[in-house]
Amino acid sequence: MHKGWLPRPWTVLAWFIGITLLLPVLALFFEAFSPQAMSPGTEVFSHLWDTVLIDYISNTLLLVFWVALLSVVFGLPVAWLIAMCQFPGRKWLQWAMMLPLAMPSYIIAYVYTDLFDYAGLIQTTLRGWFGWQSPADYAFFEIRSLGGAATMLALVLFPYLYLIVRTSLAEQSYQLIQASRVMGCKPWESFFRVSLPMIRGAIVVALALIGMETLADFATVHYFAVNTLTTAVYDTWLGYNSLTAAAKISVMMLVLVFLFIGLERYSRRQQAVYERQSKQDSDFLYRLTGIKAVLATLWCLTILFFAFVLPLLVLIGYAIDNVDVAWNSEFFRFAGVSFSIAATVAVITVSISLVILSNQRDSNTHEQKWFNRLPSVFASTGYALPGTVLAIGVLIPLTTLDFALNDVLDKWMQWQPGLILSGSVFAIIFAYVVRFNAVAVGAIESSYSKISPSIDMVSKTLGLGRLKLMWLVHLPLLKKGCLTAALLVFIESMKELPAALLLRPFDFETLATYVYQYVSDEQLENASIAALTIVVVGLVPLIFINRLSVKR
Amino acid sequence: MKKSVLAALLLLVTQVQVAMAENVVNIYSYRQPFLINPILETFTKQTGIKTKVVFAKKGLLERLKREGKFSPADVVLTSNFSLLLQLADGGLTQSFQSDTINENVPNAFRDPSHQWIALTKRVRNIYSSKARLGDLSNIGYEDLASNQYKGKICTRSGKHPYNIALVSSMIAHHGEQQTKQWLLGVKANLARKPQGNDRAQVKAIKEGLCDVSLGNSYYFGKMMQDAKQKVWAEAVNINFPNQQDRGSHINVSGVVMAKHAPNKDSALKLINYLTSDDAQQLYASLNMEYPVKSGVKLDPMVASWGTFKEDEISIAKIAGFRIKALALLDETKFDLN
Repeated sequence: MHKGWLPRPWTVLAWFIGITLLLPVLALFFEAFSPQAMSPGTEVFSHLWDTVLIDYISNTLLLVFWVALLSVVFGLPVAWLIAMCQFPGRKWLQWAMMLPLAMPSYIIAYVYTDLFDYAGLIQTTLRGWFGWQSPADYAFFEIRSLGGAATMLALVLFPYLYLIVRTSLAEQSYQLIQASRVMGCKPWESFFRVSLPMIRGAIVVALALIGMETLADFATVHYFAVNTLTTAVYDTWLGYNSLTAAAKISVMMLVLVFLFIGLERYSRRQQAVYERQSKQDSDFLYRLTGIKAVLATLWCLTILFFAFVLPLLVLIGYAIDNVDVAWNSEFFRFAGVSFSIAATVAVITVSISLVILSNQRDSNTHEQKWFNRLPSVFASTGYALPGTVLAIGVLIPLTTLDFALNDVLDKWMQWQPGLILSGSVFAIIFAYVVRFNAVAVGAIESSYSKISPSIDMVSKTLGLGRLKLMWLVHLPLLKKGCLTAALLVFIESMKELPAALLLRPFDFETLATYVYQYVSDEQLENASIAALTIVVVGLVPLIFINRLSVKR
Repeated sequence: MKKSVLAALLLLVTQVQVAMAENVVNIYSYRQPFLINPILETFTKQTGIKTKVVFAKKGLLERLKREGKFSPADVVLTSNFSLLLQLADGGLTQSFQSDTINENVPNAFRDPSHQWIALTKRVRNIYSSKARLGDLSNIGYEDLASNQYKGKICTRSGKHPYNIALVSSMIAHHGEQQTKQWLLGVKANLARKPQGNDRAQVKAIKEGLCDVSLGNSYYFGKMMQDAKQKVWAEAVNINFPNQQDRGSHINVSGVVMAKHAPNKDSALKLINYLTSDDAQQLYASLNMEYPVKSGVKLDPMVASWGTFKEDEISIAKIAGFRIKALALLDETKFDLN
């Protein structure tokens, strides 16, 4: 404890990772406040402030609020039902409720617009039935609106909440609930008085992730003509040609993110709930019967239907109608590229998150805790940056590094290899790691916090070193958390689009970039088979990991 | 461990080096691959020069800037003239010329300092409902602000480059104040908040949501070729605005040579080819655009829309008002409710 400030190698490594992942964000910060670019940047910024920025900010906050609220409405009951109750279909709903994760938001947005907007199937059919002629004849909700966008995002993001909260519920101490039941609490009461306070942290973690994902979204809000801060970033950068002003707005968004992260930490400041001693057995589950069981199953099925089954069916319909244009013999290659990149990113993020978090765990004093926590914060900031902006953030340090590398190699051996880092797949993988590491950190951290510190103490007393403690003790306990993290990162990487689009080398195509060229022309039909493939490939690890975690 | 890092590094290097090899042209493209691939394939067939493409709608300019002297890009293909000028103004281009280009591309569509050329032209048309409005061949962009179209207009986002260019041209002709009034007038006439792309507006006319929309000329042709969209196109007339006065607003797609192009010769060959009869013919028949080279036959359908008067104002002059146009769109909150 009194070793002073001599950092351990583990700490150095954690800090190195944290700062490396922070580089793109730092680059944007410098861009935002660089003096030589100050003048035009300020002008654009104050113009925006005088005109549209307030609308954008309020739209952004409203959007985040609604997505969070809807995610809770969709996800929390499902999580509780599946973790705590026995009802028909529970066994397969348990993993089926994760399926919507595999559905990219730009696809679900497209499909629902095609169905529900004025020229869409639903309204056209209604007009046919009732003989309505114009919009003045009847009232119908506007799908391309803030509410519509929030619903779309919540439909694909609620599984985060479901997954994290379900795990948390399943891991809570059952004695407490049993005790509350013995003392006469009804299931509802015991939920509000015992479970909810214990899973509050998990809910906040999930909402922080969902909020950041919402902030970073551009495709959906753009398609739905909802102007948010992301719109402002693109307008200023591409329209007003001012990366400085764009960087400033990005920084504003990052402040929001730090707020989210801070909120999440704050909510857990006093919390220490360690893994239950008792194993969950199905005897403990509330057995739902009659109307209650039907309602439970129906609720899960309804959400699953709208979040996954319906869009999937529509996609299949597109594919059948357009099989001649939508089929491309190169899909297997694209799918291979997507798969290997997503898998690489998953492995990297899980490994570095383990390093960062295990270092964070090994803190004794208050200052040490604070100091060791920073790397995990640094390594999570990239999540909220819109993909294209992140891509620029990645390009700035990588090209700088490339130039330096070329200089050195040129002096050494008169050899200039060119853009080794920024011009290759490395850039894409780096960008994905920066973007999705927050997901891995979140998932593994919540697992980590369940491991009682007494386990560490005992291990240390028995003479286990840092690495062995990690390898022999923590890792087996963290298996579920790591698998969940890997799964989430994998699926996110499969779907990710804007960063890959801008950073890719020549003739580099993933399923997502292939789909995008058609989506950007509002002709998803022509890429429907590729879009289906994204969903299906995302399902493979989902089923695989589900099996692993069920087997134990 | 060390070995595998080294191997990975070597792999990256070879990958980068391949892109540098001669007999290849590296293209950064703002246009979708499915639009340009057939043309590039013909080029490769004729010359043996391979083409490699990176397509993105946003940020290629920034990437080019950051890559600096190591950039592998030889040429950049754009879908509107603002980008051509932004690339040139950003010092990311180099001058290029050849007799072929001078012969094929009229003066008005070449940069005086040879930094860019236009390849195809497209008109910003006004589409009108066949059933409810009929032929509007006398309409001008100015009329869109008049009371008779209250609640009848549909358009994509005001901030789409095609609309920004149109607003810029309005500023060039009428000045800032009048253009602002015009924007407010058009906004007040909108049937719904700006959304979707140009085709989606035609679809909305077909469904009866609005009667008038803005859209590029080639979309009409492309919709007529699409089994599902044909009915949308058949519900509208394509009108060429301002035929009584200055003529219709024109935008262009074009090409620049990147400042640090590693394969300059091949790049020039490609650009020459893009201005040739063959390529211009493909642009006309595949994408329903107007070729810049005179004498190239239009697609029969495009030809059937008849001849029209083009707004002759220079591209550079319009582009000079781009920032102003954006500022006005913000001030009038054109895209917001």
